[in-house]
Amino acid sequence: MFQYLVRRTLWAGVLFLGVTLITYVLFFLLPADPARLAAGKSATAEDVARVSHQLGLDRPVYEQYGLFLKHLVIDQSLGRSYANRRSVNEMITEAAPVTIGLVVGGAILWMLIALPIGILSALRPRSLLDRGAMIFVLVGISAPVVWIGLLLQYFVGYKWGLTPNAGYCDVINPPEGQTCGGPWDWFYHMILPWMTFAILFAAIYARMIRANVMDTLGEDYVRTARAKGVPERQVISRHVLRNALLPVVTMLGLDIGIALGGAIFTEAIFNLPGLGRLALNSVLNLDLPTLQGVIVFATLAIIVLNLIVDVLYAYIDPRIRLT
Amino acid sequence: MTSTAEASVETNADDEGPLLDVRDLRTYFKTDDGIVKAVDGVSFSVKPGETLGVVGESGCGKSVTMMSILSLNPKPGRMRLDDRSTPGAQMQSFLRESKKYTSISTGQALFRGEDLLQASKRRLRKVRGSEISMIFQDPMTSLNPVHTVGDQLIEAVLMHRDVTSREARELAIEGLNEVGIPRAERRVDDYPHQFSGGMRQRVMIAMALINDPALLIADEPTTALDVTTQAQILGLMKQLQEEHGTAVVMITHDLGVIAEIADDVAVMYAARVAEQSPVYSLFERPLHPYTWGLLGSLPRLEVELERLTQIAGQPPSLLNPPSGCRFNPRCSYAFDRCLRELPEATPASFDPEHLDACFLDEATKVEESARLAAALALAEETGMSVPPETRSP
Repeated sequence: MFQYLVRRTLWAGVLFLGVTLITYVLFFLLPADPARLAAGKSATAEDVARVSHQLGLDRPVYEQYGLFLKHLVIDQSLGRSYANRRSVNEMITEAAPVTIGLVVGGAILWMLIALPIGILSALRPRSLLDRGAMIFVLVGISAPVVWIGLLLQYFVGYKWGLTPNAGYCDVINPPEGQTCGGPWDWFYHMILPWMTFAILFAAIYARMIRANVMDTLGEDYVRTARAKGVPERQVISRHVLRNALLPVVTMLGLDIGIALGGAIFTEAIFNLPGLGRLALNSVLNLDLPTLQGVIVFATLAIIVLNLIVDVLYAYIDPRIRLT
Repeated sequence: MTSTAEASVETNADDEGPLLDVRDLRTYFKTDDGIVKAVDGVSFSVKPGETLGVVGESGCGKSVTMMSILSLNPKPGRMRLDDRSTPGAQMQSFLRESKKYTSISTGQALFRGEDLLQASKRRLRKVRGSEISMIFQDPMTSLNPVHTVGDQLIEAVLMHRDVTSREARELAIEGLNEVGIPRAERRVDDYPHQFSGGMRQRVMIAMALINDPALLIADEPTTALDVTTQAQILGLMKQLQEEHGTAVVMITHDLGVIAEIADDVAVMYAARVAEQSPVYSLFERPLHPYTWGLLGSLPRLEVELERLTQIAGQPPSLLNPPSGCRFNPRCSYAFDRCLRELPEATPASFDPEHLDACFLDEATKVEESARLAAALALAEETGMSVPPETRSP
């Protein structure tokens, strides 16, 4: 087990280097000059050159990348934003909780929708419920997130006035001058983003759970359980679901990891100051350190969640041993 | 536990009455291609403590017959037949109209006089695993991979007996010991994937016998195992059957297994029983042309062959079985009556326990049967194969 963790961590390091290096290379392939943007509209050529030197952009790419790694390892610092000179660490620390709240809440919501729909429609295939559920799945998978978000915003938020249209409220200590704060306001403002974010995944998961449960219902050991007189309810709970939901755990871990990199659409629609918006803005501003910061966070999230899933899997599936 | 059966037991009050008496069993399935008549008028009986071998090729309805008895088919429906049309027609219209059910069984499956096809779900659950148990073909997939074998055995005990889980665990260990699993008190906490195929089948047997059932249905229990393990498992089943006095229905397509273990044999072909008789009589004087084909195609150690002898043609589709006798397209003895009428099983004049469903007159059957026996004996002597066509032109 220990050996396994060591090996996984080493691999994670390699992966990490690869991802950040690729970001650097891609960034410098862009036909735009971050220094010009950072220097401002009225900057002269000299100003731009000075800014470029300040930001270290006049050095070769590999040197810049080396510096980035050096700062990251020695000072645990992701550097400062090109755009506003704020510490990237700070910006990430501010934005991450917003995204984590969105993703975790969204994941809970999508599982609450997908589990009952998936299981019930697998138990009654071709029933009215199953057909209705599969229409929902089709719509949920095909509809663009932005469109769903705008619809919800228009009807639920604007027309019916049930929820706020957009904006974010801090859970614990709202900053000065903010009109709202505290758990209730936070929850209230997150309802629409959660729904928007969850619909696509709810649809995908409902379909996956339905397929898994149907497959498992046909397994020989389910027949064995019935043949020894186990009541149907217990056959489903003890023998079918336990097996059918194993792969769902893996998927859930991976999807949460990926989503933590920023639910860009949802954050953009509802004006949430999360990682997705941060990433989007940093791309528009050619703000490499901030973008790199988001990518570092997302990579770590994916690596860590993968590891958690693998370790967890060994506990819930006795056939898996970590070696 | 048998109290419900006692009321209706008078019909076969004498002790030699059958334990399981299946009469005119039919099971149809609804599929995308149409209605499959998987079992179509099957009758047989099993005596207490004895072994009935059910033999036939893949897809002839052996397994479905047994699954039907315990209502283990997918989404089984219930219906009562009336006299307005044939049972088959009524079942087809039932399935066509039903949205809820994908299979339907009619007929009777009298277990100690109680018709299991009419039993309530609750009653069926009580019968399953306690009075009638099943073991299946593939031990690799028949045990749940995420529960220990102990948990699965304990589940079977707790389902039917009023014991504490500690006692159930003791029974589980005892059961594993009985089927010859070494260090059972430790292996009980292992998961199925930690056992070999043969050991898993032993676990399945232990699970099936743990509540001392009166009848054990074994659906090709040795097919997925290698030959050495097959022999061990058969030996174990035989031994346990004698110790427990359990009756066994052994489904197989291996006539060698039948010869080894069965008291009676039912030969099934295309959803019907072609021939049923005591085992010695079947091997000595087979009466149905299909049985002749089966026996003629048995590989023998003494005989060298380039290719195994086989029955010409393919088994018929059960979506649309041929009219008349279902074996007629492949039968070299078929005459016009075979094309028109469906033969019912009738007892032979020399042995009332030997039934076969064939229109040939008995003298011809006995004569042909003797010819086959002679040909087989000759083949053994000379090491030559039996000619595929044993009938003179």
